[in-house]
Amino acid sequence: MLLAPALGVSAVLFTLGVAGVLLRRNAIVIFMCVELMLNAVNLTFVALAQQLGVGGQIFVFFVMAVAAAEAAVGLAILLAIYRHRQTLNLQNINLLKG
Amino acid sequence: MPALPLSMVWVVPALPLFGFVLNGTLALTRPGAKRAVSIVGVGTLMLAFAAAALAVIEFGAQHAAAPLVFHYWDWLPSAALQVPFALQLDQLSAVMILIVTGVGALIHVFSVGYMHDDPGYARYFAYLNLFVFFMLTLVLGASFPVMFVGWEGVGLCSYLLIGFWFNEKINTDAGKKAFIVNRIGDFGFLVAMFLIFWRVGSLDFATVFAKAPAVFPPAGALITAITLFLFLGCTGKSAQIPLYTWLPDAMQGPTPVSALIHAATMVTAGVYLVARCGVLFALSPIGSATVAGVGALTALFAATIALKQWDIKRVLAYSTVSQLGYMFVGVGTGAYAAGIFHLATHAFFKALLFLGSGSVIHAMHRAYHATHSHEDAQDMRNMGGLARSMPWTAPLMWIATLAIAGIPPFAGFFSKDEILGAAFAEAAVRPAWYAFWAMGIAAALLTAFYMTRLMLYTFHGPNRTGEREREHLHEAPWIMTGPLVALGVLTVIGGALNVPPLLGGGAYLEHWLEPVTAAAGQLSPLVEAPPATEWALVVGAVLVAGLGIAGAFRILRPESLLHARLAPPESGLGRILWKKWYADELYDAVIVRPVMWVSREILWKVVDVRIVDGLLVNGTAVFTRALGWIGSQLQTGEVGAYVVLFVTGVLAVLFSALR
Repeated sequence: MLLAPALGVSAVLFTLGVAGVLLRRNAIVIFMCVELMLNAVNLTFVALAQQLGVGGQIFVFFVMAVAAAEAAVGLAILLAIYRHRQTLNLQNINLLKG
Repeated sequence: MPALPLSMVWVVPALPLFGFVLNGTLALTRPGAKRAVSIVGVGTLMLAFAAAALAVIEFGAQHAAAPLVFHYWDWLPSAALQVPFALQLDQLSAVMILIVTGVGALIHVFSVGYMHDDPGYARYFAYLNLFVFFMLTLVLGASFPVMFVGWEGVGLCSYLLIGFWFNEKINTDAGKKAFIVNRIGDFGFLVAMFLIFWRVGSLDFATVFAKAPAVFPPAGALITAITLFLFLGCTGKSAQIPLYTWLPDAMQGPTPVSALIHAATMVTAGVYLVARCGVLFALSPIGSATVAGVGALTALFAATIALKQWDIKRVLAYSTVSQLGYMFVGVGTGAYAAGIFHLATHAFFKALLFLGSGSVIHAMHRAYHATHSHEDAQDMRNMGGLARSMPWTAPLMWIATLAIAGIPPFAGFFSKDEILGAAFAEAAVRPAWYAFWAMGIAAALLTAFYMTRLMLYTFHGPNRTGEREREHLHEAPWIMTGPLVALGVLTVIGGALNVPPLLGGGAYLEHWLEPVTAAAGQLSPLVEAPPATEWALVVGAVLVAGLGIAGAFRILRPESLLHARLAPPESGLGRILWKKWYADELYDAVIVRPVMWVSREILWKVVDVRIVDGLLVNGTAVFTRALGWIGSQLQTGEVGAYVVLFVTGVLAVLFSALR
């Protein structure tokens, strides 16, 4: 059984994703890291589906659909931000300051 | 004709109420429909008078010894407090409803002429009808709360009618003054009501008066407190010292209003209240002595002020205050019949005097109006010699003057004489009454003097109105002189109601009122003077009145009087009297200004601005804003920081879930 290695890889990927979101400045890279986290979760779902039934595999399709939608909307937003500010460095985008 | 049941007595107050609703509707929708307004306003009053007369005739035929109480519905059913809406017909309320509707109807007729050109005609009649409704509720109510409804209602109407011409500040100020001063008295009435309920457990007249002698120990502290608080209510409504100051100012209202509300009916409510609660006052010697003493003092005090007033209506206003004082001397002495008798005759002759002055003012006003002059139409210094152009008003007012002065055989002679006689007889038992009697006699002298002064300055001597105005002075139309004539007849024959046995009469009113006054009479019997003394008193009183009139004719010189604009200011004692003993200034300094100061400097500048606005309203805002500022410091606007917080939070949740 490959369960343990699969979960391990998934954990590593997820941690990488979180670290990327936390540490990187560029919005596109952060965006990719989010995708990485989603896919790490997908891997967990698939791996566990072996033992716990087909539900996990079905859920993966939902996650993929959401990820695709997110990619479409998210990239459009990033494009719009870039047009406005000529940068995608998140440290320069702090309009939400209270 | 089959006799209607007496329980239909509710029709009497309902008719003016109906008139108020109709006229009020007209005032709002078609204020120009003067014909309809007159028919409704006067018609309902005439019908009410007819209904009252029928009821009283039927009531008289029954020879009822106890009051007839008609219970209509449960008004305040609340545990121990059970107040039904009930009306009570007895000998006292019978007299009152006849006066209110009778004199009221005459004054309504007069108003048709007096107010004819006023834009607020419909509103005026609506208020006047409402007043009559409340006044009838006051005198017909069978319990203190029902009476209180009428008591407050007449105060409201008085306020509305004093400030009837509300586009001048002086009028609305006078209205407010009347209302506020009356509220002080009403407070006394309320406290007395609470005390009665606390001890007796009921507020129905019948129950209270039946139980009072058993519940309240005679001359006890509680009954004294109750009577004094009741009398505080009377001083407000009936304009006695110390709450009389509103009545002279109330003359800002239309003159028929002064006649109806501020002379003939509403202001006598206090006298009615004391007579109604005779049992309570008989139980408290201090209470009844206060009533008589304050009445005597007011009678004299107001009469001195009337000596030096120039406004014709103000003279009559102070004269009303003074005559009300007489009535209180009567009821305070225990001579309830005499007090109510004077109330009735005063209603006749004072209504006549006020309506007569209204007719004079009407003529003066029209004369000045015709020449576009802005002189004072009420100042006697601008009048003089009006008898030549007013052949009806002048003799009728002379009749009323002789009546108020106490010249036989006019009505005022009998009633005033009876009060003074009763006071003198009472003095044999309670010596304080010698002082009250002496004040009454002095006031009678002054009354004769200032009334003659009013007549001389208004109707005799040369005319001072003005060259061009003189030809415009005319007698009032018949619709105004008609009621004057009717009141004149009543003034002449009104005394016949109660001619004392001494003068060969049957004391009819006294016997009629006996069922009402008997209970109080048993508790504190009225003292009778020997006939010789009574004769001496009668002759003395007539001599005093004659002296006052003759003195006025000798001292006063209408020929040398100057026009109001040219007259020099008064000096010495005359100035003090003209300034009304500075009573208004005193109240202003002692009460009004301190209250205003406390209101402005403490209640407004400290309580309102600092505490309410500053601490509570703005304080809440500042506090919320501070909380918001603390929260906003978390919002750095940097997504990274949010993510760190978010991840930390997730990890914390995870760890706590795993543990």
